[in-house]
Amino acid sequence: MKDSKPAIRLLIIFTFLCGGLYPAVVTVLAQAVFPRQAAGSLLADAGGRLLGSALIGQNFVERRYFWPRPSATSPFPYNPLASGGSNLGPTNPVLFEQVEERIQTLRGHGAARPFPADLVLASASGLDPHISPASAMLQVSRVAQARGLEVKKLARLVDAQVEGRELGFLGEPRVNVLRLNLALDSLAAP
Amino acid sequence: MNLYEWMQTSLFLVVLLSLIKPLGTFMAKVYQGERTILSPVLGPCENLIYRLGGVDRDEEMGWRRYAWAMVLCNIALFAALFIMLLVQGRLPLNPQQLPDFSWQLALNTAVSFVTNTNWQNYSGESAASYLTQMAGLTVHNFVSAATGMAIAIALIRGFVRRKAEQIGNFWVDLTRGVLYILLPLSFISALGLVSQGVIQNFSPYRSVTLLEPFSYQQAKVDAAGHPMTDAAGKAMTETVNVSEVRLPMGPVASQEAIKELGTNGGGFFNANSAHPFENPTPLSNFLETLLILLIPGALTYTFGVMVGNTRQGWALLFVMLFLLMGAFSVLQGAESYGNPGLAKLGMQGPNLEGKELRFGLAATNLFTVATTGTSCGAVVAMHDSLTPLGGLVPLGLILLGEIVFGGVGSGLYTMLAFAIIAVFVSGLMIGRTPEYLGKKIEVREMWMSIITILTAGIVVLILSGIAMLTPQALASMANPGSHGLTEIIYAIASMANNNGSAFAGLNGNTPFYNLLGALAMLIGRYGPAISILAMAGSLAGKKYVPPSLGTLPTDKAPFAIWLTLVILIVGALTFFPALAMGPIVEHLTMLGGG
Repeated sequence: MKDSKPAIRLLIIFTFLCGGLYPAVVTVLAQAVFPRQAAGSLLADAGGRLLGSALIGQNFVERRYFWPRPSATSPFPYNPLASGGSNLGPTNPVLFEQVEERIQTLRGHGAARPFPADLVLASASGLDPHISPASAMLQVSRVAQARGLEVKKLARLVDAQVEGRELGFLGEPRVNVLRLNLALDSLAAP
Repeated sequence: MNLYEWMQTSLFLVVLLSLIKPLGTFMAKVYQGERTILSPVLGPCENLIYRLGGVDRDEEMGWRRYAWAMVLCNIALFAALFIMLLVQGRLPLNPQQLPDFSWQLALNTAVSFVTNTNWQNYSGESAASYLTQMAGLTVHNFVSAATGMAIAIALIRGFVRRKAEQIGNFWVDLTRGVLYILLPLSFISALGLVSQGVIQNFSPYRSVTLLEPFSYQQAKVDAAGHPMTDAAGKAMTETVNVSEVRLPMGPVASQEAIKELGTNGGGFFNANSAHPFENPTPLSNFLETLLILLIPGALTYTFGVMVGNTRQGWALLFVMLFLLMGAFSVLQGAESYGNPGLAKLGMQGPNLEGKELRFGLAATNLFTVATTGTSCGAVVAMHDSLTPLGGLVPLGLILLGEIVFGGVGSGLYTMLAFAIIAVFVSGLMIGRTPEYLGKKIEVREMWMSIITILTAGIVVLILSGIAMLTPQALASMANPGSHGLTEIIYAIASMANNNGSAFAGLNGNTPFYNLLGALAMLIGRYGPAISILAMAGSLAGKKYVPPSLGTLPTDKAPFAIWLTLVILIVGALTFFPALAMGPIVEHLTMLGGG
């Protein structure tokens, strides 16, 4: 039984080292070098009121805002405390009902096919902050009409919000919906 | 795949392969006790740990004592986490005042993390306090990974040593693995991840005022929590207004780095690596995928260095890489083909249900094969929503026994068990002496290899059978039909092979799955681990047989191809019937539009 001594002692040492010292040092360095990222890439208005995080999507359903991807979080969409996907299988009838309903809603607001997959299928985290540029363009005429804006001007705004591939080739081009809607509000404000 | 996806995938392979040799050499030096570039800084720490821990670094252990030390270490770890989870609500660093775990859930979680499985029947953001995440789960991530590496190194010593009783000192191997390999790499990677937006703080959750408040309907419940019905017997609903949400916070980056590096895979948040706070950009995703494959890949080179012929290591790496890219091609094909039924409704594009937009399809799929080919089990896409053939790929990789790079350490030792089987079978077929690396393969080695390879498979088939006969187990299924069968097989395969990813529609937090899963994880981890140590002991005791004309060269392409075939045949023979009734039937259903 002479190995029970190191078993317990090393447990204590590693708990201190890997569970205390390591995260503490990473936290101190992270907050010194990347304070904005470490805190959650938060967005605030001029008055300092917290508007959200650039990384976490928010729910939008009104005509005058761009809509994000469907979210399967419970009990309401885009609940940051309940990240997760729908977990619906590819032959589940519920998936087909949901997609059909989402397409009907888009049609009802004047959009025509093809409907980009990202705009009618729920994300993995339920908090995906992005939609594809095609999904944003599909919504331009609706938002322009709801806000009484020129379609061309709005399309330019969307274009300016498109983030390209990282380093030119990693990932997908995308539009951050919360940032786009904030830009939209500041456009209308003055 | 488009041009960008080809570029991403090729660059990934180039970066991975270029790191194999330097890291593999470094790890060989660490485990052989040689001086490394980190020795001036970490040498004194190492000595201090041995002094405080009561470890005699020069003491060598036979396989029985090595295995016993490993088991004791894991029991101590398990007990610490189990207790911590049971009393979490009364411990500090819990700004959300999250309550204690139930005992079944605490048992499942503690077994899950100590066995390097990291199956999660809880959601991190709503169940685990910062203290639990750091001092409990993160510590397990390090030590369970270092345990797997130590066992692999002990097996390599079995091949290298001649007529020896001892296979090393478990405490020294464990300490070196944590101190020289896991901690420095995690530290650098954690900072890299923060630069991309992974959070690292101890703030309470932050309240956010929504730009557009909204409302939703929910079922009305009475004071006892039962759903209320109106006079006509219909369920009553009430309207809830949402104008504020709360963003979860926490020390995520430090755990994220070791979670991938140690092929642990237990997410800080429920959505795991799909969560934007765990994996915010394509670049962070690239880094995380790399971290998953890095140590299991480099260990093949460490193996080559230690047995004195690096080509032996490259041969194993070639087999792993071939299987990985084969799996990737099938997954990429299935997911970009998409779901024909949805296309008919007017949707255009690949199957993005349960996927994040920012990574792109190829990078998402590469992560998926990396995380299931190794025993990582972090997810960047919801596997339950993959197309049927797409979902077959992660399930197949898990069922092969976690050898396509495999878990840190466990991947290499399971692959070596397959190599021994391959050598033996070829010996029978072509009349050559079954030898591997100068050691004769005899009855004991065959037994231990077979136990290592078949334990998980037997557990999967028996326990899935039990689940299919248990009404409570069937009630957990989220999807009807053959997909539900796949959910159950996937859950048990994932636990028995210590992967930890899920077809997450299945509700695992029931007493049945918590306890059954704990059993599967324990057998799946320690059955093979102890067999491997027994084999290491018996190999170390053998004399060296120099290669002769009758020896099958195991560092050449024909052996690599043969090994690949043996792996595929064993996997197919064990699991074909179950897979035929699950994903394959569902694929035909999907194409038939029914």
